[in-house]
Amino acid sequence: MKRYKLIEHTADIGLIAYGNTLAEAFGNAAFGMFSIIAELDNVVENQNRCIELKSSDQESLLFEWLNRLLYYFDVDLLLFRSFKVNILPGNRLTAICYGEKYDRLRHKLKTGVKSATYHKLKVDGIKNEVQVIFDV
Amino acid sequence: MAKWIGPLEKIDAYRWRIPKGYKSGMRVDGLIYADKEMLKHILLEQTLEQVANVAQLPGIIGNSLAMPDIHWGYGFPIGGVAAMDIKEGVISPGGVGFDINCGVRIMRTNLTKDDVLPAIKDLVDVLYKNVPSGLGSKGKIRLRLGEIDKVLTNGSRWAVENGYGFIEDLESTEERGEMFGADPSLVSSRAKERGIPQLGTLGSGNHFLEIALIDEIFEPDTANTMGINEIGQVMLLVHCGSRGLGHQIADDYIKVMLAAMKKYRISVPDRQLACSPIESPEGRNYLSAMKCAANYAWANRQCITHWVREAFCRVMKIKPIDAGLELIYDVTHNIAKIEEHSIADKKNKLCIHRKGATRAFPAGHPDIPSKYLKIGQPVLIPGDMGRYSYVLVGTEQAMKETFGSTCHGAGRMQSRAAAKRQLRGRDVLESLAARGITVRTDSLSGLAEEAPQAYKDVASVVNVAHGAGISRIVARTKPIGVIKG
Repeated sequence: MKRYKLIEHTADIGLIAYGNTLAEAFGNAAFGMFSIIAELDNVVENQNRCIELKSSDQESLLFEWLNRLLYYFDVDLLLFRSFKVNILPGNRLTAICYGEKYDRLRHKLKTGVKSATYHKLKVDGIKNEVQVIFDV
Repeated sequence: MAKWIGPLEKIDAYRWRIPKGYKSGMRVDGLIYADKEMLKHILLEQTLEQVANVAQLPGIIGNSLAMPDIHWGYGFPIGGVAAMDIKEGVISPGGVGFDINCGVRIMRTNLTKDDVLPAIKDLVDVLYKNVPSGLGSKGKIRLRLGEIDKVLTNGSRWAVENGYGFIEDLESTEERGEMFGADPSLVSSRAKERGIPQLGTLGSGNHFLEIALIDEIFEPDTANTMGINEIGQVMLLVHCGSRGLGHQIADDYIKVMLAAMKKYRISVPDRQLACSPIESPEGRNYLSAMKCAANYAWANRQCITHWVREAFCRVMKIKPIDAGLELIYDVTHNIAKIEEHSIADKKNKLCIHRKGATRAFPAGHPDIPSKYLKIGQPVLIPGDMGRYSYVLVGTEQAMKETFGSTCHGAGRMQSRAAAKRQLRGRDVLESLAARGITVRTDSLSGLAEEAPQAYKDVASVVNVAHGAGISRIVARTKPIGVIKG
């Protein structure tokens, strides 16, 4: 199954992510976002971060989820490549994210992502599909 | 991408109107500054729908404005200007953007082409080493515990007081690089954590540092007042913003605004336009936190300025005083500000959102540096890295029509993905070298995304601004060395 597809947007870039469950689609959106930021092939999983979020609705939950991951990239220079995501009732999310600290010598960075945006943000809980445009 | 098919009325060669009858929620007309050629591109996307969306925000005054470099953004269009009545109106973090106080500054020098061309490779290398740039780069400033709050409160002044640059630099910075009313207690610890290691870094994307030559002077007297004296004179440009700190503040407050909209019963056509009344606690807190990010960005550009001077003098083996490396001006192009504007001869306090737009105040305005009182505020319009950039000045016409605003850059024409499909970073590097431009970058793929071909010709953008009278072209620079973040 295809994990995500990039969407072109003149100044920015976006993606649609798929999954068998909505949680998987959230994980694939995160994977897609880090694939925009870096080549992930060389990234090993020797670090992890646990994330817990509660939001007002599913779209905001997606926005906050992706932006929390960007926070870890800025502060700890972590490149994540695998995500165990649970979506719980009440627009809550828990996740364990695995990846590695950016290493100039081994990793190739591509495009900086400043933030997820609310523009055209979509969460489809029936098709288990999410869409997001990033500010890059 | 669907073509925009809404109504558009031609006013004159440079002005087009979206009548407010287009959508029931529109409170004012949309006014677009563009020529016929540019309009063809603009209509290929939903940019003008975004202009119409902004026209629906509560308290908007005048027109929902689109500067000539307008292109499709998220929520607000890039190149959008919206003025809100301070009593009835709203403030929107989306109308400022994630990179709060992304901006550009230009420095003059006493040196000319013949002085620097033999050393250009060294210059670019040393600048590249001296100014941290690129994704994942960390700054070399180690802030003491709690020091970040001083950066957020005092901006450029913090930098100068800590040895980064000269006191004269403050006079040559919009707001003197220090917006009053910035309250660091309204900035989340996450935002500060992101900001601390990144202070004094250029960042990535379209951010750059450029060595350029003056290649045309259109108004010699005005140029002279700025210290732009001759063709071939060397200039230095810096373009960057508030880094992760600004992004986090925008994120944090969009969340606050979404909740506030329910409370104040405001609805918007795109959630990225989330907003709150300017005079509500949420609105006031955002403005205050936004000022912190603005001050951080000015401190950031000020620290970079110091290292640019250091590198330049070292390579050229010249004393700072002889180099004449003075800041001409620093402008912000992602900001919201409370300003006084006259409408029908009455003075009004308005909140001006400039999202990818530059302030362009005229001669005589009290908010511009005294040395520029006779010529108007310098406006810096960077183009793509292969062609040219422009220095303009603000005008009375801008005050009348655009709340003292003009364009901010070339504006993208092609998506990043499309640019990368067509071009390889290495080829872009070589073609720039063939045009006499030395480039250093951390990211070749980033270079392909930022290739000159992906941008509109900035000359057509400034020609519209000049033709419409919302600013005047003073001089043009051509790049010879570029450090791409």
